[in-house]
Amino acid sequence: MFAWPGQLKRAGVVGINARNAEYIMRYNERKRYPLVDDKLQTKALAEASGMAVPELYGVLKTQRDVQTLHDTLGKLESFVMKPARGSGGDGIVVIKGVTPRGLRRHDGTLMTFDEARYHASTTLSGQYSLAGIPDQVMIEYRVRFDPLFEKVAYQGIPDIRIIVFQGYPVMSMVRLPTRLSDGKANLHQGAIGVGIDIASGVTSSGSFGNDIVTEHPDTGFPIAGLTIPDWETILRLSARCFDVTGLGYLGVDIVLDKDRGPLILELNARPGLNIQIANATGLGGRLQHIESQPELVADCEERVAFARREFATGAKLAGEM
Amino acid sequence: MHQKHHVPILAALLIALGLGLFWFKAVRVGLPLTANLESDIWTVEARVSFVGDGGPVKANIRIPNNPAGFGILDENFVSRGYGLSTSEEQGNREAQWSRRAAGGPQALYYRVSVYRDSTVQGNVGEVEPPSLPILEEPFATALDELVADVRARSADTATFAEQALKRLNTAAPDDGVGLMVGESASTLDLARVAQTILAAAAIPSRIAQGIEVRMEPHFAAVEPWLEVYDGERWLHFNPRSGEQFEAANRLTWYYGTSPLLLIDGERIRNIDTEIFVRRDVVDALSIAEQRASSMGSHAIEFSLFSLPIRTQAVYSVLLMIPLGALVMAVMRNVVGIPTFGTFTPILVALAFRETRLLYGVLLFSLVVALGLTARFYLEKLRLLLVPRLAAVLTVVVLLMLSISIVGHALDLETGLSIALFPMVILTMVIERMSIVWDERGPSAALTEGVGSLIVAMVAYVVMSIDELEHLLFVFPELLLIILGLCLLLGRYTGYRLTEMVRFSELSTGKTAK
Repeated sequence: MFAWPGQLKRAGVVGINARNAEYIMRYNERKRYPLVDDKLQTKALAEASGMAVPELYGVLKTQRDVQTLHDTLGKLESFVMKPARGSGGDGIVVIKGVTPRGLRRHDGTLMTFDEARYHASTTLSGQYSLAGIPDQVMIEYRVRFDPLFEKVAYQGIPDIRIIVFQGYPVMSMVRLPTRLSDGKANLHQGAIGVGIDIASGVTSSGSFGNDIVTEHPDTGFPIAGLTIPDWETILRLSARCFDVTGLGYLGVDIVLDKDRGPLILELNARPGLNIQIANATGLGGRLQHIESQPELVADCEERVAFARREFATGAKLAGEM
Repeated sequence: MHQKHHVPILAALLIALGLGLFWFKAVRVGLPLTANLESDIWTVEARVSFVGDGGPVKANIRIPNNPAGFGILDENFVSRGYGLSTSEEQGNREAQWSRRAAGGPQALYYRVSVYRDSTVQGNVGEVEPPSLPILEEPFATALDELVADVRARSADTATFAEQALKRLNTAAPDDGVGLMVGESASTLDLARVAQTILAAAAIPSRIAQGIEVRMEPHFAAVEPWLEVYDGERWLHFNPRSGEQFEAANRLTWYYGTSPLLLIDGERIRNIDTEIFVRRDVVDALSIAEQRASSMGSHAIEFSLFSLPIRTQAVYSVLLMIPLGALVMAVMRNVVGIPTFGTFTPILVALAFRETRLLYGVLLFSLVVALGLTARFYLEKLRLLLVPRLAAVLTVVVLLMLSISIVGHALDLETGLSIALFPMVILTMVIERMSIVWDERGPSAALTEGVGSLIVAMVAYVVMSIDELEHLLFVFPELLLIILGLCLLLGRYTGYRLTEMVRFSELSTGKTAK
């Protein structure tokens, strides 16, 4: 239930203060934050570099746009409404189908058009944005998740979080929605995080809250031993995000679409630290290992190869005792 | 990495500067460290009364001049119709009242407030050795014998003076000493003869006239005593008993043998002088203030005391806010308690100052709980964000109003103090809490709410320490220390207390699977 600072230090655990002072402040320039804080900018940036992202159907920018929501939706059958500046998955609505009476949500409940307009309107007012500043509503492609996760995800869309440090993928996990998280892949809301071995793309144990778990709390299905498809592609995609944004300490969220493969969902300049619990490993050793490299490699594929070689689960890092 | 030492050095400089200024003002200027450190001050009032017959009058009265062991806080003269001038001569001060036509009973007042201050050395320049007294026979022989005798019985200056006075007091009228003293000698006469003996032994001495100050109010008379210089300081002797005494309770009025009061005028009757002493207890601050200005120090002039009283009262609270912010920073970054907003808990803590802790927490919880209920209802109405915030604010004010009215009807005075709660802050707490409630569930909302309350309570407890409030008000430079600590805290990269629980599964030894 309790660990002394010395024990955590030996385990290489990075705390919030250290993350903020040693990594975020040092490697993430503030002027680059808008690139990831505004998901519309991220999307434009990624598309310009030819990286796969969920297709953007439309944007609601003003309250007037909200009134003409129907026109924007047009013939769309399924889509996701999300705040461009939202954080932590707040304010995201997943729609599976459109009926004359309203919108069918991912969990089967019906959202009337009135409710949808109200939701869009409060989003525009800044309800979900980081500093309460006016926001925009993105309407984008709803990811059909890969059947791989069918048994271990409770509704919603599992996504893969990769911490990319100076272009090197250093740690990753897949976040599985639970009943508790209301189908959202957010650890703070009760999703479970399952560590993925950087080298092999195979899942290990997971974290539920601050505890380490081995099976999905809702489905009871073991979460370890799943092989993530397209792992090399996923790692390269994440590593390229560094080249595109210039942010040295980055959380990259990727979803696996059953038709379109890995898609970049969003980027995060202040990624959380629970990934350490999901992997039962501290981040510190890997981050310091990269900091101790004499020079950073410009080529994205080489960086991924380095990471897969050095950061295998359970492997000792060179120079580590 | 190049900035590695920047922050610690800057913080160390700020803390050193703060401590330095603090030391100067506390030790050199003598500003009091605690509020309840009160000093004794005595108000001494000399009343001169006489009856005149309409002619011109001049009244000269000796007044204290930097009395040793005391500081003068304030002095004034009350003498309607009289011209007043003060003059200084041979270390003594004198006030002169004059009036062309003084008829009937007259009363003149001199009032001085003094406080104990052991650093005041008294108004004396260098001590010069006395010139040898030249006496006629048979006094010269008597003096020589006496000096030789006293010297034989004494070890040092103090015992010499003591023995000399004892001899004077016990002398038979017919021996040589008795001749010098004369019969029925006054205390002043004794002191004067003792001075002669001391001069013969080349010991500097002087006659001081002063009053005794005591704890209870009393009338005092100006009495002479003998002061003898032992090479380092002036020792005090009672000319009657010959005993040495500590002068802490003696207020020197003047030096020399001249009378206290001299009235110059024709047909002046019923001359009387009364001195009344009363002790007051006064905030040590006003004394320190006075002391600083008498030292010519600008420490006080450029301090909060130069501001109007009302502004001072505001600052005494404002100066506590950085302290609360420091507490906040520690609770957030070292302990790791989640709160609503960054400074909400401090503002709530400030409100607690008015309501007291228990009622504050109860009222805060009550308003937030009721406000949340209203907010959940408003959610259903689908209002736009800003009008909805305005609506919640209105509800909060209504709630506060009803709590005040109900509280007043129930004779609960604290119900009224809710008016001091920062309603905008309450509104934002309610708004944020309801969003967290919706998005992350009730447990997250309650965690943050309770966290805010805990931090507010800790901040309140720290901010309501009177000693700290006094210290920060008298020594605002202590804020530099707080600033330095904030900077250091800003570079704290260690684990938070809550992380020791959060990451406990990862601690070495447990990770092996």
